Amino acid sequence: MSDLVIEARKVTKTLGRGAREVQALRGIDLSLKRGELTLLMGPSGSGKTTLLLILGCMLTPSSGTLTVCGTSTSNADREELAKIRRDHVGFVFQSFHLFPTLSAAQNVRLALDIRHERGRKARKKAREALERVGLAQKVKMRPGELSGGEQQRVAIARAIVANPSVVLADEPTSALDGDNGRMILRILADAAHDDGKAVLVVTHDPRIVAFADRVINIEDGLLVERPSEQGELVRLPKAVGFGSVAAARTD
Amino acid sequence: MSLTLTLASRNLFHDSLRLVATLVGIVFSVVLVMIQMGLFLGFGHMVTNMIDHTSTDLWVVPKKVKCFEDPSLIDLKLRNRIVAIDGIATVIPLVIGFSDWRQDSGEMTPVFIVGADLHDGALRPWNVVDGDVQALSQGYSVAVDRTYFDRLGVTGIGSTAEIRGRKVKVVALTDGIRSFTTTPYVFVDLKNARTFTGTPSDRANDLLVRLSPDADRDKTMQAIRDHVGDAEVLTTAEFRDRSRSFWLFGTGAGAALFAGALLGVIVGTVIVAQTLYSSTKDHLNEFATLRAMGSANGYIYRVIIYQALINAVIGFTLASAIGAVVVQMTAKSALPIVITPWLFVALSLLTVAMCVISAIGAIVRVLRTDPATVFMR
Repeated sequence: MSDLVIEARKVTKTLGRGAREVQALRGIDLSLKRGELTLLMGPSGSGKTTLLLILGCMLTPSSGTLTVCGTSTSNADREELAKIRRDHVGFVFQSFHLFPTLSAAQNVRLALDIRHERGRKARKKAREALERVGLAQKVKMRPGELSGGEQQRVAIARAIVANPSVVLADEPTSALDGDNGRMILRILADAAHDDGKAVLVVTHDPRIVAFADRVINIEDGLLVERPSEQGELVRLPKAVGFGSVAAARTD
Repeated sequence: MSLTLTLASRNLFHDSLRLVATLVGIVFSVVLVMIQMGLFLGFGHMVTNMIDHTSTDLWVVPKKVKCFEDPSLIDLKLRNRIVAIDGIATVIPLVIGFSDWRQDSGEMTPVFIVGADLHDGALRPWNVVDGDVQALSQGYSVAVDRTYFDRLGVTGIGSTAEIRGRKVKVVALTDGIRSFTTTPYVFVDLKNARTFTGTPSDRANDLLVRLSPDADRDKTMQAIRDHVGDAEVLTTAEFRDRSRSFWLFGTGAGAALFAGALLGVIVGTVIVAQTLYSSTKDHLNEFATLRAMGSANGYIYRVIIYQALINAVIGFTLASAIGAVVVQMTAKSALPIVITPWLFVALSLLTVAMCVISAIGAIVRVLRTDPATVFMR
């Protein structure tokens, strides 16, 4: 199994038309590997979200190629792109986007349900995913009964429950306080390091750089990658597993 | 319960006000259609009430006669020709027609006279609750329905009135023989029917034919046709259909009922479509999230269709309960609403179809939703 999960080559994206035309991405080359947590940082309007949407197969590049787990997205229609997302990608959204009428467990099960994984096995998987993010006691609670940090942990459980190869997280800590933000990043780092997923986190938050294996800056639609040996980019020790998250929450 | 069904039901019950509005729309629509179609069926049964209660096999009627109430006459000589045909057991003349009923108080009211030979039993009053039908052959005797007591100024057996200047006496009472024209039926002996309607003694409105047990119906019908010239020979079922068709479609009554039913379907569809669309719009973010997570379009359609079906099931159940009450309430009325098992099944299918069609707007709205929007919020 190749370590390369996502490979973008010379990706450009033009948004708008005519006078409103904007070159959002201008030839991006990016690879995401298993077991690596990558931070994508950059100022507003730099192209972060556009790149995330392309890597998440929600937008198609104007030019260049994108390969997700060996599957090229070139010429894929909307349903095919949805299938690639379903098969390989887990998402964590800034605003959580949980279903308010469903319990935490049901929210997590949705990710399995859309993949036709149902029944007792799916329930067990969902419960285990919630246990891993430290929410074993809150499986029946609805999002409205959970704190922001807990909601984001449910969202992460939903993103990882189907064991995708890549997790894309959009500003996952921006709506959270420092402690909750760190806990979320710890969980995402564990997903990368313990489960061997490629995790890409789009963020403005400089406090979470410490969790990253590498940091990529994007400016004016172009990538600027900082090497990890600069000291502040420290890979988390393998010992920090999901079990420690529950402990951290308790602390 | 599947997660899609759970999600659909939670989406619906989450906004109880909208759910109530949707259900009111569905119930209103289904009850309206149910009543219109129930009236249609009730009317259809009522207009053939007399035909349904004949005990003979064939009708010989004047050419192009439209319905039972048609006053056209045929020559009674045909009776002798028909009786001579192999396979014929009896031929019974039937005389019908409008006449005037004059109460003892002098008040007049129109009545519809029905007269046949009572001994042959081709068309006798049914549901007799008091008196003796055989007594109709004695003097100027009549049988009336007790529903029309007030209209006819009758208090019971022995009451008297005048028809065409003849003093008549009520000797039998029936229950539930109501006329869709609101003109009371008055059952009399054949001879008296001629007197009360002014029908000549060599004429009759129809001839009721009873076949021998071993007769071949089709061959006998053809044989009768060969002997009756311009008159038509119909089975009871054919005459029933012709009568029903005339009253329902020839007069426009059926079209009016159908138009009402159609209106109900349109109103119901629009209401359900509107509320479902608005519900979907409110949950658009969730559908976009599902799409972003990689769900197939079919998965999302299923949630919306389930919402529509839940609406349909609850709405139809409520409408059925109301329908049952309405049927009960109209059972004794001039025009009872009739809901047959087939109508019930058809209405349930119509409700489901109406709700599912209503979901199309919502589905189109979801189709236009870009999953990328979840990253913008």
